[in-house]
Amino acid sequence: MAQETIEVPITGKILKVNVNVGDEVKEGDVLCLLESMKMENPILAPVNGTITQVGITVEQTVQPGAIVAIIEY
Amino acid sequence: MLLIGGVLIYLGIAKKMEPLLLVPIGFGIMLINLPLGGLMDYELQIPNTTGMPAKVISIEVDETSKFRENDVILRLDSGEVLAPVGGRIKEFTVSPGQEVEPGEVMAVLITTAQTPLPTKPAGLLSRIFQYGIMWQIIPPLIFLCLGALTDFGPMIANPRTLLLGAAAQFGVYFAFFAALATNFFMPEGFTIAEAASIGIIGGAEGPTTIYVTSLLAPHIIGATAVACYSYMALVPIIQPPIINLLTTKKERAIYMKPQLREVATREKILFPVISAVIIILFVPMSAPLIGCFMVGNLFMTCGVTDRLSKTSQTALIDILTIFLTLAIGATMSADNFLQPKTLMVLVLGVVAFATATAAGVLMAKLMNLFSKEKINPMIGAAGVSAVPMAARVVQVMGQKENPRNFLLMHAMGPNVAGAIGAAIAGGVFLGMIG
Repeated sequence: MAQETIEVPITGKILKVNVNVGDEVKEGDVLCLLESMKMENPILAPVNGTITQVGITVEQTVQPGAIVAIIEY
Repeated sequence: MLLIGGVLIYLGIAKKMEPLLLVPIGFGIMLINLPLGGLMDYELQIPNTTGMPAKVISIEVDETSKFRENDVILRLDSGEVLAPVGGRIKEFTVSPGQEVEPGEVMAVLITTAQTPLPTKPAGLLSRIFQYGIMWQIIPPLIFLCLGALTDFGPMIANPRTLLLGAAAQFGVYFAFFAALATNFFMPEGFTIAEAASIGIIGGAEGPTTIYVTSLLAPHIIGATAVACYSYMALVPIIQPPIINLLTTKKERAIYMKPQLREVATREKILFPVISAVIIILFVPMSAPLIGCFMVGNLFMTCGVTDRLSKTSQTALIDILTIFLTLAIGATMSADNFLQPKTLMVLVLGVVAFATATAAGVLMAKLMNLFSKEKINPMIGAAGVSAVPMAARVVQVMGQKENPRNFLLMHAMGPNVAGAIGAAIAGGVFLGMIG
């Protein structure tokens, strides 16, 4: 099965994680909320599939390139 | 006007539309429109200007009654003394039968009108307005604080976004000419100075709008400031339809890699210094705004003035905002604001924002004709420098069209470039018209 890796786009702090390993997600679902530049920015699922890995936790400060989640589809 | 003030307070508190601005502006409006409060009073001395001694024949106005501009207030043996502006009498310093020497003060008027006459502020808010805004102190200092809050990194990482910020200033000039065009179909259209003050609304920068208007057309400063701040808050409503109209679904889904190149600290330090020198050499009248903007930015980037930077980002901007917004609200008395021209200012303000958005988007599309690496044209809309609201609009729209896209940092480039563009546009107007 193919995999899609979703990475953190900009430096920020994770405010909320909406998914767990095993969850089914649809394209456009909010995977997490990233606070950056005084704004809450949702990171979205680009494809329909199943979460096989979650790489972030709440309150974690993240850098660009860090893995948010991996979706198998 | 009490209702209008209440509406602005409601929008700020209940709808969270620019609350830091609309709440005090709204309250300032309410204060100034309550009678005899005296908050926005100005005193004007009326001397004997006949050039020769004169005798007072009669006093035509009671000390308690109001009069209009050109009403007779005194009769001298050499002629009538007309009120140069509407208001009320504070005191007469002469009495019937008295001889007055040339230049001797005969009466002191109180007025709330914004006038080029040599008035002296006599109320709390008129003093703040006169010495803070009309003396061009508060707007440039707020711009200093904004400089300390602005990260030019995304723009330095992708310098072509400067073009998008510049393109968005087309809205300024379009609204300027549209305001001048009112002279063809309105009995009393806008003057060049008023048109420039209206046009600069399109720069979407409150301090720049207030600075330019205070110098060119202070009597409409309330309308232009409220228009600018309100439309900045309404950017999520104004921009999306225009972006959708000018772009295809495929264009809106153009993917841009989220990570821009790393910008070195040295670049961030050199940028405000070099750009201030270059811009002010070319547009000297932008010196107060650009100079303050860039020194504030240098406080933030140089790493050795953290105290100054923190103060600028927090306490100083809050204090200045309180003074600015209360004073701006206090200029909006009923007789000044409730004019047909005020409605035109508000309409032209929307025109300015809309054309600025369109110009930014179209410039991005034009750049794509010559670029190997395509730009998502929506980021052009962020050239309207309502920071960071316009960038946020682009980010949300971008994710909706393509969930992989994260356009925020790409949009911040034109967003902050637009702030510089607005200040330059203001300097151009002041150089040409001021």
